[in-house]
Amino acid sequence: MALAHVPSGRLHLAGACSPGQIALALAIALFLIAFLVVPVATVVYVAFTEKGSGALTLVNFQDFARTDLFIRSFWNSLYVSAMSVVGASLLALPLAYLTTRFEFRGAALVQTLGFLPLIMPPFVGAVAMQLLFGRNGSVNLLLDEWFGFKIGLMEGLNGVVFLQAIHYFPFILVNLSAALRNIDRAMEEAAQNLGSHGFRLFRRIAFPLALPGYVAGASLVFVKVFDDVASPLLLNVKEMLAPQAYLRITSIGIDDPMGYVISVVLIAIAVLTMWASAQALKGKDYATTQRGGGGLARRRLTGGRSVLAHAVVLGVLALVLAPHVGLVLLSFATVWSFSPLPDGYTLAHYARVLGDSSTYIENTLLYAGLAAAIDVAIGGAIAYLVLRTRLPGRQMLDWTAGAALAVPGVVLGIGYLRAFYGVTLPGGVPLATLWIVIVLAIAVRRLPYALRAAYAALQQISMSLEEAAENLGATKARTARRIVVPLMTGGLLAGFVTSFATAAVELSAVLMLVQSNSDAPIAYGIYVLMQTPAGRGAGAALGVIAVVIVAVCMGLSQLAVGRSQRARGLDL
Amino acid sequence: MSAAASRAVAIDIRGVNLSYGATRILKDIDLSIRPGEMFAFLGPSGCGKTTLLRLIAGFASAESGQVLLDGRDVAALPPWKRDVGMVFQSYALWPHMTVARNVAFGLEERRLPRREIDRRVAEALGLVGLADYADRRPAQLSGGQQQRVAVARTIAIEPKVLLLDEPLSNLDAKMRVGVRRELRALQQRLGLTTIFVTHDQEEANTICDRIAVMDAGSIRQIGTPMELYERPANLFVASFLGSANVLDGTRSGDVFEIVGGARLPLPPGVLLPDGAKLVFRPQHARLAAPGVFRGPITQREFLGATVRYGVRVGDAEILVDVPFQSGQDLHGIGDAVGIDLPIERALYLAA
Repeated sequence: MALAHVPSGRLHLAGACSPGQIALALAIALFLIAFLVVPVATVVYVAFTEKGSGALTLVNFQDFARTDLFIRSFWNSLYVSAMSVVGASLLALPLAYLTTRFEFRGAALVQTLGFLPLIMPPFVGAVAMQLLFGRNGSVNLLLDEWFGFKIGLMEGLNGVVFLQAIHYFPFILVNLSAALRNIDRAMEEAAQNLGSHGFRLFRRIAFPLALPGYVAGASLVFVKVFDDVASPLLLNVKEMLAPQAYLRITSIGIDDPMGYVISVVLIAIAVLTMWASAQALKGKDYATTQRGGGGLARRRLTGGRSVLAHAVVLGVLALVLAPHVGLVLLSFATVWSFSPLPDGYTLAHYARVLGDSSTYIENTLLYAGLAAAIDVAIGGAIAYLVLRTRLPGRQMLDWTAGAALAVPGVVLGIGYLRAFYGVTLPGGVPLATLWIVIVLAIAVRRLPYALRAAYAALQQISMSLEEAAENLGATKARTARRIVVPLMTGGLLAGFVTSFATAAVELSAVLMLVQSNSDAPIAYGIYVLMQTPAGRGAGAALGVIAVVIVAVCMGLSQLAVGRSQRARGLDL
Repeated sequence: MSAAASRAVAIDIRGVNLSYGATRILKDIDLSIRPGEMFAFLGPSGCGKTTLLRLIAGFASAESGQVLLDGRDVAALPPWKRDVGMVFQSYALWPHMTVARNVAFGLEERRLPRREIDRRVAEALGLVGLADYADRRPAQLSGGQQQRVAVARTIAIEPKVLLLDEPLSNLDAKMRVGVRRELRALQQRLGLTTIFVTHDQEEANTICDRIAVMDAGSIRQIGTPMELYERPANLFVASFLGSANVLDGTRSGDVFEIVGGARLPLPPGVLLPDGAKLVFRPQHARLAAPGVFRGPITQREFLGATVRYGVRVGDAEILVDVPFQSGQDLHGIGDAVGIDLPIERALYLAA
C-alpha cells in the first residue's frame, strides 16, 4: 500500500498550486509577519538603536553591561536556570530509572505526573509553596517545634530553584523515560554479560543511550525557567533578567531601551540553548540505529532496596503534590499565617471569585477559546500546505511559526506594546490596548504546539484517500473540505483542547498587555491577587479553578485522540 | 588467550523447568556439553532455545533444576558475575562508543590495568581481523564487521564459555558461509566451550560437534549431525532435519501395511514404537518397476544435481530424488512409475 501510492503521490504533488492555496499561504504569512515577526523585529531594532535619534548603535548593550543590577540579574537567571535543571534532574533521574527498569507498583501513576506542569504553571503555586516551605511555613514550624532547626528551602534564589525544579522535573522525567524505554534491551544485557551492573551500568550504558531524551527535557526546563517572569516576582525575587524586563517596561515606560536589550538577551539565551542542545545531540540519535525492544526486562527489587526505592518515589510524589495541596488549603483558609495549617476554613474565597471576580473566568474562556481556534486553523493550514502541496516558501511558514518557541512571552508582550501602541484605531484608541491583542499574543505563543498536533493528524491520513476523491471529480478545495478536514477532526480537536488549556494559564505575555482588570484573564487575576495577603485566598481559589479547567481539558484532549483513533481503527 | 584452551569447562543442565506465567517455556531439560565442544541448540522459533541460552547467561531464572559450569551451580550468580560470554543476535554494540571502547568495556569493568586492557583489546581485534577499525563507530561498519566486533568484545574477557545467539541471522546469505567458517576456526583456536543457537539446520550441521534438537520447550534428540540425520529418534527430528517421506500404516506380522495398500517387509525381530510411521529420505528411494509403491508422477522439480519427483500413492505424495545426468530423459507429469525402497533404509518412528 505504502509503496504503491508513493509514485502517484509525487504526480499529485506535481500539480500546479491553486489560487486558493496561494491565497491561504499569503494570509498565514501576513498573520505571522504582523503578529510575530514585526513585534520581535521591533524589539531587536529598538535594542540596537539610540533612544531619540534612531541611529544604529551598540551603546544600549554597553549600558546593560555597565549596570550592576543587570549583570547580577543575568548571573542570577543563569544560576537559577542551571540549578533548576540540576534539581529537576535529581528528582527525575531516579524516578525514570526506577519506573522503567524495575517492577514497581504505581509506575503508571508516577508517569502520569508528566502532565502536572501543564496543569499548573509554577507561579500559581508559588505562594502556597512559601506557606508550606518558607521560613515560617508549615514544614519549618514543625521542624522548629520538634527538632529546633529550620531549613531555608524558599530563601531568595534557592526558593525559585526549589519551586521551578518541582514544577518542571516532569519534562525531564517524560523525555528520559521514553528514551530509556526505547533502548534495545540487549544493549544493557550485553553490559551485564561483560560484568557491569548497578550504577555503573546506568552511568556507562543506559544514561548515554538515553541522553537525547535527557537533553531535550533539560533544555526545555532551562529555557522555561529563564523566561519565567511571574514566579520569581511572587517569591519577591526581582533581580533576575525576565522580571527585570517586565519591571523596566512597566515602571520606566516603553521608550526605555533597557527592557529591549534584556529581551534580546532572553531571545539569545533561548536560541543558544536550543542550538547547543541540538549540537550536543548531533549524530547521537541512537533510536534509529537500535532495533528497539522495550528496554531491559524489569527486575524485582528486594529488601532494603525496595524500601529505599519506595521512599524515594513517595518523597518525590509528596514534593510534587505539595503546591497543589497548599493551593487547595489556601483557597479554603480563613487565615493561614505562622501556623502549620490554616486556622479555619471557609467558602468565602470561592464565593468572591465566582461573584465579582468572575470576569477573569469569562475572559479566560473567551481568550483561550479564540486563541486555540486561531492556532488550530493556522496550524492545520500550515500542515496541509507543507505536507500536501509544493507551494514555494511553504517551509518558511513552518519555520516561522515554530520560531515562536524561542520567543519568551515577556518579549512578545513588549514587542506588541511597542509595535502596536502607535497604531491607532478610528476613535484614537491604540491597538495595543484592545483585548484582542492579548488573544493574538497567546495564539502566537501556543501556535507551535497546535502545529505539531496538526502535523500528527495529517500524517496519519493516507494520500490515496484524497486521490480517490479527486479521481471521482472533487476539486482540491472540495477534497480538503470534504475528506481531509473531517479525517483530521480528532487530531485537530485534541490540538484545540491542548492549546486552550495551556493558553488559559499563559501569563508572561499577558502581564505586559493587560490594561485594565476588566480585560484580564484568570492567570493575571491570580498573579494580582496573590501579591497581597488579603487577596491570597481568592487568588488560590482562582488558581484551583484554573487548574480544574486545565485538567478537564487535558482529559478531554486524551479522550478526543483516543476516540478518533479508535474510530479509524488506529487504536494504539 | 591461548590459556583458555586449557581451561575449557563443561556445561551441565539438570532437570530445568521454566515458565512465563502459565506458559511452560522449558520442560525437564537435561544436557551435558563437553569441554571445548561446539554445541548447537537447534529448533523452530519459539522452541525455547534462546531462553535456554539466556538461562545459562543469567538473564532468566529456572523454577527447578540446575545449571552447572565446571561442576558449580551458577543459579545464585547474577549475569555480571558469571563469566559467560554472550554474543547477541542484534550484536548490541553500543553506538556511543568506538569499536575499541566497546571491546575494552568488559576489561574495564574488571578493573584491569590500562596497559593490560590495551594489549587485550588489540589482541581480540587482531583475532577477528579488525585491528585497523579500532577508532570507528559501530554504525560505520558493515554487518559482518559489527558481528566480529561483538565476538571480539566477548572473547576479550576470556569467558569460561561462549554463547552465540543466532549470530548469522542478521547477515546476508552470501556472507553466512564465510562467517560461520570463521566462527568455527576461532572456536577451535581458542578451544572455548561454545553454544550456538540457530533455527537453520545447515548452520548447525556444518560447524557444530553436536546438536540438541528442540521443540516446544523440550529436547527431542541430542547427537552429532550425522547421527541425527541417519538415525533420527522421532518424527520431529526426522522431518526437521532434511526432507523425509512420512507414511501412516500399521504392523501386520512381519510386514508394515501402509494406508492405501502398499506393504513393506520389516527386518526380522524389529520393534516398532506405538503409533509408528514409515519414514525415509527421498534420496534413499529409487524409481523402479515394479516397486513397492506405484502411482502417477504429480510434480517434478529440477534441483541441479538431482531431480525430485512427487508420486501420488494413495492419499500421500512420496518424494523421490533421482541423480541427474545430462542427456538423461526425465519422466513427465502423469507417467505411472514404481518406487523401490531398500528395507534397511526404512525407519519406523513415532512422534
